[in-house]
Amino acid sequence: MEYVFSLEFIYLIASVTYILGLKMLGHPETARRGNLIAAAGMTIAIIGTIFLYQGEVSSTIYILIGLAILIGTIVGWMIAKKVGMTKMPELVSLFNGMGGASAALIGLIEFHHYVGDQLSILTIIASMIIGSVSFSGSMIAWAKLNGTLNKPIRLPKYNILNNVFLIGILGFGTYMVISGTDSSLYLYLLFFAALAYGILFVLPIGGADMPVVISLLNSFTGLAAAFGGFLYGNMVMLTGGILVGSAGTILTLAMCKAMNRPLSNVIFGAFGEGSSAAATGSGGKTGGSVREASASDVAILMNYSNKVIIVPGYGLAVAQAQHIIHELEQLLESKGIDVKYAIHPVAGRMPGHMNVLLAETNVDYDKLVEMEDVNPEFKSTDVVFVVGANDVVNPAAHNDPSSPIYGMPILDVENAKNIIINKRSMKPGYAGIENELFYNQKTSMLFGDAKAALTKLVSELKNM
Amino acid sequence: MTEFIDFISNNLQMIYIVILMIFVGVEIIGHVPAVLHTPLMSGANAIHGVVIIGAILVMLGAEPDNILALSLGFVAVLLGTLNVVGGFVVTDRMLEMFKKKK
Repeated sequence: MEYVFSLEFIYLIASVTYILGLKMLGHPETARRGNLIAAAGMTIAIIGTIFLYQGEVSSTIYILIGLAILIGTIVGWMIAKKVGMTKMPELVSLFNGMGGASAALIGLIEFHHYVGDQLSILTIIASMIIGSVSFSGSMIAWAKLNGTLNKPIRLPKYNILNNVFLIGILGFGTYMVISGTDSSLYLYLLFFAALAYGILFVLPIGGADMPVVISLLNSFTGLAAAFGGFLYGNMVMLTGGILVGSAGTILTLAMCKAMNRPLSNVIFGAFGEGSSAAATGSGGKTGGSVREASASDVAILMNYSNKVIIVPGYGLAVAQAQHIIHELEQLLESKGIDVKYAIHPVAGRMPGHMNVLLAETNVDYDKLVEMEDVNPEFKSTDVVFVVGANDVVNPAAHNDPSSPIYGMPILDVENAKNIIINKRSMKPGYAGIENELFYNQKTSMLFGDAKAALTKLVSELKNM
Repeated sequence: MTEFIDFISNNLQMIYIVILMIFVGVEIIGHVPAVLHTPLMSGANAIHGVVIIGAILVMLGAEPDNILALSLGFVAVLLGTLNVVGGFVVTDRMLEMFKKKK
Protein backbone atom coordinates (compact mmCIF):
# COMPACT_ATOMS: atom_id res chain seq x y z
CA MET A 1 0.00 0.00 0.00
CA GLU A 2 2.78 2.35 0.96
CA TYR A 3 4.58 1.76 -2.33
CA VAL A 4 1.48 2.25 -4.42
CA PHE A 5 0.82 5.44 -2.59
CA SER A 6 4.30 6.85 -3.24
CA LEU A 7 4.09 5.97 -6.95
CA GLU A 8 0.73 7.72 -7.20
CA PHE A 9 2.30 10.66 -5.42
CA ILE A 10 5.13 10.78 -7.97
CA TYR A 11 2.58 10.67 -10.78
CA LEU A 12 0.73 13.54 -9.18
CA ILE A 13 3.88 15.64 -9.08
CA ALA A 14 4.73 14.69 -12.66
CA SER A 15 1.26 15.71 -13.86
CA VAL A 16 1.66 19.09 -12.19
CA THR A 17 5.05 19.57 -13.85
CA TYR A 18 3.46 18.99 -17.29
CA ILE A 19 0.81 21.62 -16.70
CA LEU A 20 3.31 24.02 -15.20
CA GLY A 21 5.85 23.29 -17.93
CA LEU A 22 3.40 23.92 -20.76
CA LYS A 23 2.19 27.07 -19.04
CA MET A 24 5.75 28.38 -18.66
CA LEU A 25 6.53 27.50 -22.26
CA GLY A 26 4.04 30.21 -23.17
CA HIS A 27 6.24 33.07 -21.92
CA PRO A 28 9.66 33.90 -23.33
CA GLU A 29 11.28 34.48 -19.93
CA THR A 30 10.11 31.25 -18.35
CA ALA A 31 9.97 28.96 -21.38
CA ARG A 32 13.29 27.23 -20.93
CA ARG A 33 12.74 26.56 -17.25
CA GLY A 34 9.26 25.26 -18.07
CA ASN A 35 10.69 22.71 -20.46
CA LEU A 36 13.24 21.55 -17.88
CA ILE A 37 10.55 21.23 -15.20
CA ALA A 38 8.41 19.03 -17.47
CA ALA A 39 11.50 16.97 -18.32
CA ALA A 40 12.26 16.49 -14.63
CA GLY A 41 8.66 15.40 -14.05
CA MET A 42 8.96 12.87 -16.86
CA THR A 43 12.20 11.52 -15.43
CA ILE A 44 10.78 10.88 -11.95
CA ALA A 45 7.66 9.31 -13.48
CA ILE A 46 9.80 6.89 -15.51
CA ILE A 47 12.13 6.02 -12.62
CA GLY A 48 9.20 5.63 -10.24
CA THR A 49 7.37 3.31 -12.64
CA ILE A 50 10.38 1.03 -12.89
CA PHE A 51 11.47 0.91 -9.27
CA LEU A 52 8.15 1.05 -7.45
CA TYR A 53 6.51 -1.67 -9.56
CA GLN A 54 4.46 -4.17 -7.57
CA GLY A 55 5.17 -7.74 -8.57
CA GLU A 56 7.82 -10.25 -9.48
CA VAL A 57 9.94 -9.19 -12.41
CA SER A 58 12.90 -11.16 -13.72
CA SER A 59 16.23 -9.40 -13.93
CA THR A 60 16.36 -10.06 -17.68
CA ILE A 61 13.38 -7.77 -18.12
CA TYR A 62 14.99 -5.05 -16.02
CA ILE A 63 18.14 -5.32 -18.13
CA LEU A 64 16.11 -5.10 -21.34
CA ILE A 65 14.25 -2.01 -20.13
CA GLY A 66 17.50 -0.37 -19.05
CA LEU A 67 19.11 -1.19 -22.37
CA ALA A 68 16.18 0.22 -24.38
CA ILE A 69 16.21 3.44 -22.35
CA LEU A 70 19.98 3.73 -22.65
CA ILE A 71 19.98 3.31 -26.44
CA GLY A 72 16.98 5.61 -26.83
CA THR A 73 18.60 8.29 -24.70
CA ILE A 74 21.91 8.25 -26.54
CA VAL A 75 20.38 8.17 -30.02
CA GLY A 76 17.67 10.73 -29.20
CA TRP A 77 20.19 13.05 -27.60
CA MET A 78 22.57 12.83 -30.54
CA ILE A 79 19.91 13.42 -33.19
CA ALA A 80 18.46 16.34 -31.24
CA LYS A 81 21.86 17.96 -30.74
CA LYS A 82 23.22 17.45 -34.22
CA VAL A 83 20.39 18.54 -36.48
CA GLY A 84 20.44 22.14 -37.72
CA MET A 85 17.82 24.66 -36.66
CA THR A 86 16.34 24.86 -40.15
CA LYS A 87 15.42 21.18 -39.81
CA MET A 88 13.40 21.57 -36.59
CA PRO A 89 9.95 20.85 -38.06
CA GLU A 90 11.18 17.55 -39.50
CA LEU A 91 12.63 16.59 -36.16
CA VAL A 92 9.43 17.29 -34.23
CA SER A 93 7.60 15.16 -36.78
CA LEU A 94 10.12 12.32 -36.42
CA PHE A 95 9.93 12.24 -32.62
CA ASN A 96 6.16 12.48 -32.76
CA GLY A 97 6.11 9.40 -34.98
CA MET A 98 8.22 7.50 -32.44
CA GLY A 99 5.65 8.18 -29.71
CA GLY A 100 2.84 7.05 -31.99
CA ALA A 101 4.65 3.85 -32.85
CA SER A 102 5.25 3.17 -29.18
CA ALA A 103 1.52 3.49 -28.47
CA ALA A 104 0.66 1.21 -31.39
CA LEU A 105 3.10 -1.48 -30.19
CA ILE A 106 1.63 -1.38 -26.69
CA GLY A 107 -1.76 -2.07 -28.26
CA LEU A 108 -0.39 -5.00 -30.27
CA ILE A 109 1.08 -6.63 -27.16
CA GLU A 110 -1.74 -5.97 -24.72
CA PHE A 111 -4.61 -7.04 -26.96
CA HIS A 112 -4.42 -10.71 -26.01
CA HIS A 113 -4.19 -9.99 -22.30
CA TYR A 114 -7.53 -8.24 -22.26
CA VAL A 115 -9.71 -10.36 -24.59
CA GLY A 116 -13.20 -10.53 -23.09
CA ASP A 117 -12.94 -7.18 -21.35
CA GLN A 118 -14.81 -5.01 -23.82
CA LEU A 119 -13.92 -1.62 -22.37
CA SER A 120 -10.21 -2.43 -22.24
CA ILE A 121 -10.26 -3.81 -25.77
CA LEU A 122 -11.94 -0.61 -26.91
CA THR A 123 -9.16 1.55 -25.42
CA ILE A 124 -6.48 -0.78 -26.79
CA ILE A 125 -7.91 -0.70 -30.30
CA ALA A 126 -8.43 3.07 -30.21
CA SER A 127 -4.91 3.65 -28.95
CA MET A 128 -3.48 1.33 -31.59
CA ILE A 129 -5.35 2.90 -34.49
CA ILE A 130 -4.48 6.45 -33.45
CA GLY A 131 -0.86 5.57 -32.69
CA SER A 132 -0.37 3.82 -36.04
CA VAL A 133 -1.93 6.68 -38.02
CA SER A 134 0.22 9.14 -36.10
CA PHE A 135 3.35 7.08 -36.77
CA SER A 136 2.98 6.52 -40.52
CA GLY A 137 1.54 10.01 -41.03
CA SER A 138 4.47 11.60 -39.21
CA MET A 139 6.93 9.64 -41.30
CA ILE A 140 5.32 10.92 -44.49
CA ALA A 141 5.30 14.47 -43.10
CA TRP A 142 8.96 14.04 -42.23
CA ALA A 143 9.80 12.85 -45.75
CA LYS A 144 7.85 15.73 -47.24
CA LEU A 145 9.64 18.38 -45.18
CA ASN A 146 12.89 16.65 -45.89
CA GLY A 147 12.30 17.14 -49.58
CA THR A 148 12.24 13.41 -50.28
CA LEU A 149 8.57 13.63 -51.14
CA ASN A 150 7.88 17.17 -52.19
CA LYS A 151 4.91 16.83 -54.52
CA PRO A 152 1.47 16.11 -53.17
CA ILE A 153 0.52 12.66 -54.44
CA ARG A 154 -3.16 12.17 -55.09
CA LEU A 155 -4.89 9.00 -56.04
CA PRO A 156 -7.99 9.59 -58.12
CA LYS A 157 -10.94 10.53 -55.90
CA TYR A 158 -8.59 10.42 -52.90
CA ASN A 159 -11.01 12.21 -50.57
CA ILE A 160 -13.76 9.67 -51.03
CA LEU A 161 -11.26 6.82 -51.02
CA ASN A 162 -9.68 8.00 -47.77
CA ASN A 163 -12.99 8.51 -46.04
CA VAL A 164 -14.29 5.12 -47.10
CA PHE A 165 -11.05 3.57 -45.91
CA LEU A 166 -11.31 5.35 -42.55
CA ILE A 167 -14.91 4.27 -42.08
CA GLY A 168 -13.81 0.74 -42.95
CA ILE A 169 -11.09 0.81 -40.29
CA LEU A 170 -13.43 2.22 -37.64
CA GLY A 171 -16.11 -0.30 -38.58
CA PHE A 172 -13.67 -3.18 -38.39
CA GLY A 173 -12.34 -1.91 -35.06
CA THR A 174 -15.86 -1.69 -33.68
CA TYR A 175 -16.57 -5.20 -34.89
CA MET A 176 -13.46 -6.45 -33.09
CA VAL A 177 -14.57 -4.80 -29.85
CA ILE A 178 -18.15 -6.06 -30.01
CA SER A 179 -17.41 -9.59 -31.19
CA GLY A 180 -14.72 -10.07 -28.54
CA THR A 181 -12.50 -11.84 -31.05
CA ASP A 182 -8.98 -12.95 -30.09
CA SER A 183 -7.75 -13.33 -33.66
CA SER A 184 -4.16 -12.21 -34.20
CA LEU A 185 -4.87 -12.05 -37.90
CA TYR A 186 -7.59 -9.44 -37.37
CA LEU A 187 -5.38 -7.50 -34.99
CA TYR A 188 -2.49 -7.25 -37.45
CA LEU A 189 -4.86 -6.55 -40.31
CA LEU A 190 -6.22 -3.59 -38.37
CA PHE A 191 -2.70 -2.46 -37.47
CA PHE A 192 -1.51 -2.44 -41.08
CA ALA A 193 -4.73 -0.87 -42.31
CA ALA A 194 -4.24 1.98 -39.81
CA LEU A 195 -0.63 2.40 -40.96
CA ALA A 196 -1.81 2.58 -44.56
CA TYR A 197 -4.45 5.13 -43.63
CA GLY A 198 -1.82 7.38 -42.03
CA ILE A 199 0.08 7.35 -45.32
CA LEU A 200 -3.02 8.01 -47.42
CA PHE A 201 -4.07 10.76 -45.02
CA VAL A 202 -0.89 12.81 -45.30
CA LEU A 203 0.20 12.05 -48.88
CA PRO A 204 -2.27 14.36 -50.66
CA ILE A 205 -1.52 17.31 -48.36
CA GLY A 206 0.90 19.90 -49.70
CA GLY A 207 4.28 20.55 -48.08
CA ALA A 208 3.26 24.07 -47.01
CA ASP A 209 0.59 22.58 -44.76
CA MET A 210 2.87 20.09 -43.03
CA PRO A 211 3.21 22.14 -39.81
CA VAL A 212 -0.55 21.95 -39.35
CA VAL A 213 -0.47 18.23 -40.04
CA ILE A 214 2.37 17.66 -37.59
CA SER A 215 0.56 19.64 -34.94
CA LEU A 216 -2.57 17.58 -35.56
CA LEU A 217 -0.68 14.28 -35.40
CA ASN A 218 1.00 15.58 -32.25
CA SER A 219 -2.37 15.85 -30.55
CA PHE A 220 -3.30 12.40 -31.95
CA THR A 221 -0.31 10.86 -30.21
CA GLY A 222 -1.39 12.62 -27.03
CA LEU A 223 -4.77 10.94 -27.34
CA ALA A 224 -3.17 7.56 -27.94
CA ALA A 225 -1.14 8.00 -24.75
CA ALA A 226 -4.29 9.00 -22.89
CA PHE A 227 -6.08 5.82 -24.01
CA GLY A 228 -3.11 3.90 -22.65
CA GLY A 229 -3.58 5.74 -19.38
CA PHE A 230 -7.22 4.73 -19.32
CA LEU A 231 -6.29 1.11 -19.93
CA TYR A 232 -3.84 0.91 -17.04
CA GLY A 233 -5.67 3.37 -14.80
CA ASN A 234 -2.39 5.27 -14.98
CA MET A 235 -2.94 8.88 -14.02
CA VAL A 236 0.25 10.36 -15.39
CA MET A 237 -0.36 8.92 -18.87
CA LEU A 238 -3.93 10.13 -18.73
CA THR A 239 -3.12 13.68 -17.67
CA GLY A 240 -0.10 14.05 -19.97
CA GLY A 241 -1.94 12.56 -22.94
CA ILE A 242 -5.15 14.56 -22.59
CA LEU A 243 -3.18 17.74 -21.91
CA VAL A 244 -1.21 17.34 -25.14
CA GLY A 245 -4.33 16.23 -26.99
CA SER A 246 -6.26 19.35 -26.11
CA ALA A 247 -3.34 21.80 -26.20
CA GLY A 248 -2.26 20.33 -29.55
CA THR A 249 -5.74 20.73 -31.00
CA ILE A 250 -5.86 24.39 -29.99
CA LEU A 251 -2.38 24.95 -31.40
CA THR A 252 -3.46 23.33 -34.67
CA LEU A 253 -6.47 25.63 -34.88
CA ALA A 254 -4.26 28.64 -34.07
CA MET A 255 -2.00 27.72 -36.98
CA CYS A 256 -4.94 27.35 -39.33
CA LYS A 257 -6.22 30.72 -38.17
CA ALA A 258 -2.86 32.32 -38.96
CA MET A 259 -3.25 31.03 -42.52
CA ASN A 260 -6.94 31.85 -42.56
CA ARG A 261 -7.91 28.39 -43.70
CA PRO A 262 -10.31 26.04 -41.98
CA LEU A 263 -8.76 22.77 -40.88
CA SER A 264 -11.03 20.80 -43.20
CA ASN A 265 -9.56 22.78 -46.08
CA VAL A 266 -6.05 21.74 -45.09
CA ILE A 267 -6.95 18.09 -44.75
CA PHE A 268 -9.20 17.76 -47.76
CA GLY A 269 -6.88 20.13 -49.59
CA ALA A 270 -8.31 22.52 -52.12
CA PHE A 271 -4.90 24.15 -52.02
CA GLY A 272 -2.92 22.38 -54.71
CA GLU A 273 -5.63 22.36 -57.35
CA GLY A 274 -6.80 25.89 -56.60
CA SER A 275 -3.32 27.34 -56.74
CA SER A 276 -2.40 26.01 -60.15
CA ALA A 277 -5.62 27.42 -61.55
CA ALA A 278 -5.03 30.74 -59.86
CA ALA A 279 -1.42 30.87 -60.97
CA THR A 280 -2.43 30.63 -64.59
CA GLY A 281 -5.58 32.69 -64.07
CA SER A 282 -3.81 35.70 -62.63
CA GLY A 283 -0.90 35.41 -65.03
CA GLY A 284 -2.10 38.22 -67.25
CA LYS A 285 -2.51 40.65 -64.39
CA THR A 286 0.96 40.14 -63.02
CA GLY A 287 2.82 40.19 -66.29
CA GLY A 288 4.16 43.73 -65.81
CA SER A 289 7.79 44.72 -65.84
CA VAL A 290 10.16 44.02 -63.01
CA ARG A 291 12.71 46.53 -61.79
CA GLU A 292 16.07 45.14 -60.82
CA ALA A 293 18.41 46.79 -58.32
CA SER A 294 22.08 46.19 -57.62
CA ALA A 295 23.54 45.79 -54.16
CA SER A 296 24.96 49.32 -54.27
CA ASP A 297 21.56 50.79 -55.23
CA VAL A 298 20.05 49.11 -52.21
CA ALA A 299 22.94 50.19 -49.98
CA ILE A 300 22.46 53.84 -50.96
CA LEU A 301 18.72 53.63 -50.43
CA MET A 302 19.14 52.14 -46.97
CA ASN A 303 21.91 54.50 -46.00
CA TYR A 304 19.64 57.50 -46.43
CA SER A 305 16.55 56.11 -44.77
CA ASN A 306 15.33 56.51 -41.20
CA LYS A 307 13.43 53.32 -40.78
CA VAL A 308 14.02 49.88 -42.27
CA ILE A 309 11.88 46.80 -41.70
CA ILE A 310 13.26 43.40 -42.60
CA VAL A 311 10.81 40.65 -43.59
CA PRO A 312 12.62 37.32 -43.26
CA GLY A 313 11.31 34.12 -44.83
CA TYR A 314 12.34 30.54 -45.20
CA GLY A 315 14.64 31.45 -48.10
CA LEU A 316 16.80 33.27 -45.59
CA ALA A 317 17.16 30.14 -43.52
CA VAL A 318 17.86 27.90 -46.49
CA ALA A 319 20.68 30.22 -47.62
CA GLN A 320 22.01 30.23 -44.01
CA ALA A 321 21.91 34.02 -44.19
CA GLN A 322 20.60 34.66 -40.67
CA HIS A 323 24.03 35.74 -39.40
CA ILE A 324 24.71 38.18 -42.18
CA ILE A 325 21.26 39.74 -41.82
CA HIS A 326 22.02 40.34 -38.16
CA GLU A 327 25.24 42.05 -39.25
CA LEU A 328 23.26 44.22 -41.67
CA GLU A 329 20.87 45.14 -38.88
CA GLN A 330 23.70 46.15 -36.53
CA LEU A 331 25.44 48.13 -39.26
CA LEU A 332 22.27 50.08 -40.02
CA GLU A 333 21.64 50.66 -36.33
CA SER A 334 25.14 52.07 -35.94
CA LYS A 335 24.22 54.59 -38.61
CA GLY A 336 21.24 55.65 -36.50
CA ILE A 337 18.65 53.87 -38.61
CA ASP A 338 15.70 52.23 -36.88
CA VAL A 339 15.66 48.53 -37.82
CA LYS A 340 12.99 45.94 -37.01
CA TYR A 341 12.07 42.46 -38.16
CA ALA A 342 8.49 41.83 -39.20
CA ILE A 343 7.55 38.27 -38.33
CA HIS A 344 4.55 36.68 -40.01
CA PRO A 345 2.90 34.00 -37.84
CA VAL A 346 3.69 31.30 -40.40
CA ALA A 347 7.06 32.61 -41.59
CA GLY A 348 9.44 29.72 -42.11
CA ARG A 349 8.01 26.26 -42.07
CA MET A 350 6.29 26.47 -38.72
CA PRO A 351 4.79 29.19 -36.55
CA GLY A 352 7.62 30.76 -34.61
CA HIS A 353 10.25 29.01 -36.71
CA MET A 354 11.70 32.29 -37.95
CA ASN A 355 12.05 33.63 -34.42
CA VAL A 356 13.98 30.54 -33.43
CA LEU A 357 16.33 30.98 -36.38
CA LEU A 358 16.95 34.65 -35.70
CA ALA A 359 17.31 34.18 -31.98
CA GLU A 360 20.05 31.68 -32.80
CA THR A 361 22.11 34.52 -34.26
CA ASN A 362 21.61 36.72 -31.18
CA VAL A 363 19.06 39.06 -32.71
CA ASP A 364 17.47 41.02 -29.88
CA TYR A 365 14.11 39.53 -28.96
CA ASP A 366 12.53 43.03 -28.84
CA LYS A 367 13.39 43.63 -32.49
CA LEU A 368 11.16 40.79 -33.64
CA VAL A 369 7.75 42.36 -34.15
CA GLU A 370 4.64 40.32 -34.80
CA MET A 371 2.31 40.96 -37.68
CA GLU A 372 -0.50 42.86 -35.93
CA ASP A 373 1.98 45.20 -34.28
CA VAL A 374 4.11 45.88 -37.31
CA ASN A 375 1.43 46.34 -39.96
CA PRO A 376 0.50 49.93 -38.97
CA GLU A 377 4.21 50.81 -39.06
CA PHE A 378 4.80 50.13 -42.74
CA LYS A 379 3.28 53.50 -43.71
CA SER A 380 6.11 55.33 -41.97
CA THR A 381 8.79 52.96 -43.19
CA ASP A 382 11.33 54.05 -45.80
CA VAL A 383 12.56 50.65 -46.89
CA VAL A 384 11.04 47.22 -46.48
CA PHE A 385 13.58 44.51 -47.17
CA VAL A 386 11.96 41.16 -47.98
CA VAL A 387 14.46 38.31 -47.79
CA GLY A 388 13.35 34.88 -48.97
CA ALA A 389 9.69 35.45 -48.13
CA ASN A 390 6.92 35.42 -50.70
CA ASP A 391 3.43 34.20 -49.87
CA VAL A 392 3.27 36.10 -46.57
CA VAL A 393 3.65 39.44 -48.41
CA ASN A 394 1.45 38.59 -51.39
CA PRO A 395 -1.24 41.28 -51.80
CA ALA A 396 -3.41 38.74 -53.62
CA ALA A 397 -4.48 37.71 -50.11
CA HIS A 398 -6.24 41.08 -49.87
CA ASN A 399 -7.52 41.73 -53.36
CA ASP A 400 -7.79 38.56 -55.42
CA PRO A 401 -10.76 36.44 -54.33
CA SER A 402 -9.75 33.71 -56.80
CA SER A 403 -6.38 33.26 -55.12
CA PRO A 404 -6.02 30.23 -52.83
CA ILE A 405 -4.46 32.45 -50.17
CA TYR A 406 -7.28 35.03 -50.37
CA GLY A 407 -8.18 36.14 -46.87
CA MET A 408 -4.90 35.05 -45.28
CA PRO A 409 -3.56 37.85 -43.08
CA ILE A 410 -0.35 39.20 -44.62
CA LEU A 411 2.31 41.77 -43.89
CA ASP A 412 1.20 44.97 -45.62
CA VAL A 413 4.62 45.79 -47.04
CA GLU A 414 3.07 47.58 -50.02
CA ASN A 415 2.35 50.54 -47.73
CA ALA A 416 6.05 51.27 -47.32
CA LYS A 417 7.84 53.90 -49.41
CA ASN A 418 10.29 51.47 -50.98
CA ILE A 419 10.21 47.71 -51.26
CA ILE A 420 13.33 45.66 -51.86
CA ILE A 421 12.82 41.98 -52.52
CA ASN A 422 15.68 39.54 -52.43
CA LYS A 423 14.96 36.32 -54.30
CA ARG A 424 16.97 33.87 -56.28
CA SER A 425 14.68 34.08 -59.28
CA MET A 426 11.13 34.99 -60.25
CA LYS A 427 9.93 31.54 -59.25
CA PRO A 428 6.68 31.55 -57.24
CA GLY A 429 6.82 30.73 -53.52
CA TYR A 430 6.10 27.55 -51.64
CA ALA A 431 2.38 27.73 -52.33
CA GLY A 432 3.08 28.07 -56.04
CA ILE A 433 1.26 31.39 -56.50
CA GLU A 434 2.35 34.41 -58.53
CA ASN A 435 3.05 37.55 -56.54
CA GLU A 436 1.98 40.90 -58.00
CA LEU A 437 4.09 42.69 -55.40
CA PHE A 438 7.11 42.03 -57.60
CA TYR A 439 5.56 44.20 -60.32
CA ASN A 440 4.67 47.04 -57.96
CA GLN A 441 6.17 50.42 -58.95
CA LYS A 442 7.76 50.81 -55.52
CA THR A 443 9.43 47.42 -55.75
CA SER A 444 13.02 46.69 -56.74
CA MET A 445 14.28 43.15 -57.04
CA LEU A 446 17.68 42.24 -55.66
CA PHE A 447 18.30 38.91 -57.34
CA GLY A 448 20.69 36.34 -55.98
CA ASP A 449 21.27 33.87 -53.17
CA ALA A 450 20.35 35.58 -49.90
CA LYS A 451 23.73 35.05 -48.31
CA ALA A 452 25.76 36.27 -51.30
CA ALA A 453 23.48 39.26 -51.91
CA LEU A 454 23.51 40.29 -48.26
CA THR A 455 27.27 39.93 -47.95
CA LYS A 456 27.68 42.26 -50.90
CA LEU A 457 25.13 44.68 -49.48
CA VAL A 458 26.90 44.78 -46.11
CA SER A 459 30.29 45.47 -47.69
CA GLU A 460 28.79 48.23 -49.83
CA LEU A 461 27.25 49.79 -46.74
CA LYS A 462 30.53 49.59 -44.84
CA ASN A 463 32.20 51.64 -47.54
CA MET A 464 29.74 54.51 -47.18
CA MET B 1 -28.30 2.42 -20.69
CA THR B 2 -27.42 0.80 -17.36
CA GLU B 3 -24.08 -0.17 -18.87
CA PHE B 4 -23.44 3.44 -19.70
CA ILE B 5 -24.30 4.58 -16.18
CA ASP B 6 -22.12 1.82 -14.75
CA PHE B 7 -19.28 2.97 -16.95
CA ILE B 8 -19.65 6.55 -15.71
CA SER B 9 -19.81 5.64 -12.04
CA ASN B 10 -16.96 3.12 -12.29
CA ASN B 11 -14.64 5.61 -13.94
CA LEU B 12 -15.83 8.83 -12.40
CA GLN B 13 -12.38 9.92 -11.27
CA MET B 14 -10.83 9.47 -14.70
CA ILE B 15 -13.72 11.21 -16.41
CA TYR B 16 -13.21 14.18 -14.10
CA ILE B 17 -9.54 14.27 -15.00
CA VAL B 18 -10.21 14.05 -18.73
CA ILE B 19 -12.70 16.91 -18.67
CA LEU B 20 -10.58 19.16 -16.47
CA MET B 21 -7.41 18.45 -18.46
CA ILE B 22 -9.16 19.38 -21.71
CA PHE B 23 -9.96 22.78 -20.26
CA VAL B 24 -6.48 23.20 -18.79
CA GLY B 25 -4.92 22.43 -22.19
CA VAL B 26 -7.17 24.92 -23.96
CA GLU B 27 -6.51 27.64 -21.41
CA ILE B 28 -2.75 27.17 -21.43
CA ILE B 29 -2.45 27.58 -25.19
CA GLY B 30 -4.92 30.44 -25.43
CA HIS B 31 -2.45 33.20 -24.62
CA VAL B 32 0.78 32.05 -26.19
CA PRO B 33 2.51 34.43 -28.62
CA ALA B 34 3.11 33.00 -32.10
CA VAL B 35 6.85 33.34 -31.43
CA LEU B 36 6.69 30.43 -29.07
CA HIS B 37 4.43 28.13 -31.10
CA THR B 38 7.26 25.96 -32.39
CA PRO B 39 8.94 25.42 -28.99
CA LEU B 40 5.52 24.83 -27.47
CA MET B 41 4.62 22.22 -30.03
CA SER B 42 7.98 20.60 -29.48
CA GLY B 43 7.50 20.66 -25.71
CA ALA B 44 4.02 19.14 -26.01
CA ASN B 45 5.55 16.56 -28.32
CA ALA B 46 8.01 15.57 -25.60
CA ILE B 47 5.24 15.35 -22.99
CA HIS B 48 3.18 12.84 -24.96
CA GLY B 49 6.28 10.69 -24.74
CA VAL B 50 4.67 9.75 -21.42
CA VAL B 51 3.42 6.81 -23.46
CA ILE B 52 6.79 5.28 -22.48
CA ILE B 53 5.27 4.60 -19.04
CA GLY B 54 2.82 2.28 -20.78
CA ALA B 55 5.64 0.60 -22.67
CA ILE B 56 7.55 0.05 -19.43
CA LEU B 57 4.43 -1.40 -17.77
CA VAL B 58 4.06 -3.80 -20.71
CA MET B 59 7.62 -4.98 -20.23
CA LEU B 60 7.31 -5.31 -16.45
CA GLY B 61 4.12 -7.34 -16.82
CA ALA B 62 5.33 -9.57 -19.66
CA GLU B 63 5.99 -13.27 -19.15
CA PRO B 64 9.78 -13.80 -19.34
CA ASP B 65 9.35 -16.49 -22.02
CA ASN B 66 7.07 -14.46 -24.30
CA ILE B 67 9.70 -13.45 -26.84
CA LEU B 68 7.29 -11.60 -29.12
CA ALA B 69 5.91 -9.43 -26.32
CA LEU B 70 9.39 -8.78 -24.97
CA SER B 71 10.85 -7.74 -28.29
CA LEU B 72 7.88 -5.55 -29.24
CA GLY B 73 7.98 -4.05 -25.72
CA PHE B 74 11.70 -3.43 -26.06
CA VAL B 75 11.12 -1.50 -29.29
CA ALA B 76 8.21 0.37 -27.68
CA VAL B 77 10.36 1.48 -24.73
CA LEU B 78 13.17 2.48 -27.10
CA LEU B 79 10.88 4.54 -29.34
CA GLY B 80 9.20 6.12 -26.31
CA THR B 81 12.61 7.12 -24.96
CA LEU B 82 13.50 8.66 -28.32
CA ASN B 83 10.30 10.68 -28.14
CA VAL B 84 10.95 11.89 -24.60
CA VAL B 85 14.69 12.58 -24.77
CA GLY B 86 14.71 13.93 -28.31
CA GLY B 87 11.65 16.06 -27.64
CA PHE B 88 12.96 17.72 -24.50
CA VAL B 89 16.49 18.24 -25.84
CA VAL B 90 15.26 19.81 -29.09
CA THR B 91 12.92 22.10 -27.17
CA ASP B 92 15.74 23.13 -24.88
CA ARG B 93 17.98 23.84 -27.85
CA MET B 94 15.35 26.07 -29.41
CA LEU B 95 14.75 27.96 -26.19
CA GLU B 96 18.42 28.36 -25.44
CA MET B 97 18.40 30.90 -28.24
CA PHE B 98 15.71 33.02 -26.67
CA LYS B 99 17.93 34.20 -23.86
CA LYS B 100 17.49 37.91 -23.29
CA LYS B 101 20.39 39.98 -24.48
CA LYS B 102 20.75 43.57 -23.51
